[in-house]
Amino acid sequence: MNQPILTAALVILGLALLACVFRLLAGPTRSDRVAALDTIGIDVLAMIAVICMLLDTQDFLEIILVIGILTFIGTTALARYIERGIVMEEEGGDRNDT
Amino acid sequence: MTLELIGKILVLLGAIFCGLSAFGLIRLPDVYLRSHAATKSATFGVLCVLGGAFLYFLFADGTISIKLLLAILFVFITSPVAGHLNGRAAYRSGVPLWRGSVRDDMKSSIEKDQ
Repeated sequence: MNQPILTAALVILGLALLACVFRLLAGPTRSDRVAALDTIGIDVLAMIAVICMLLDTQDFLEIILVIGILTFIGTTALARYIERGIVMEEEGGDRNDT
Repeated sequence: MTLELIGKILVLLGAIFCGLSAFGLIRLPDVYLRSHAATKSATFGVLCVLGGAFLYFLFADGTISIKLLLAILFVFITSPVAGHLNGRAAYRSGVPLWRGSVRDDMKSSIEKDQ
């Protein structure tokens, strides 16, 4: 841990994560919580990149891709659920989709 | 050694931007303003962090990491889209605007639609 710049970046990202957890618990509406979850995913992704540099390995870089994809899909599904009350159209359902 | 330092400083800059966006997520009064803070600067911050990691691995190991390039591209495309979807869902499910907001363009647009 003799890399002070990277350690400082990791600490700042951890504080950002705590702030997002506060908004996730306290947010008055559901959209607040979804925005906080999205930001949590983004921050965890950045933390994994910094941890890769600290440990000087490239083995964890796939995790960045997976977390990015899961965050996007989760936010999209939750936004659809908040907007219309459903996540997926039923089979053969032909509603006007935007 | 100095070239690695560029990557590290870029990572620190991105981490500071992520911290600022989390500060906005706590302090701003409204879903839309919070979403603005979270999406915009978290995207830029994480792009700085991933770009710094890419430069670090390029100069330290001499390898070009395709996985990091893919992650940069994916985050750059999908993060604003997710923020937009969340904001639209908030508006259409009836979350009120902050009392200090002076402009509401989406209201007239929705009324014209119907």
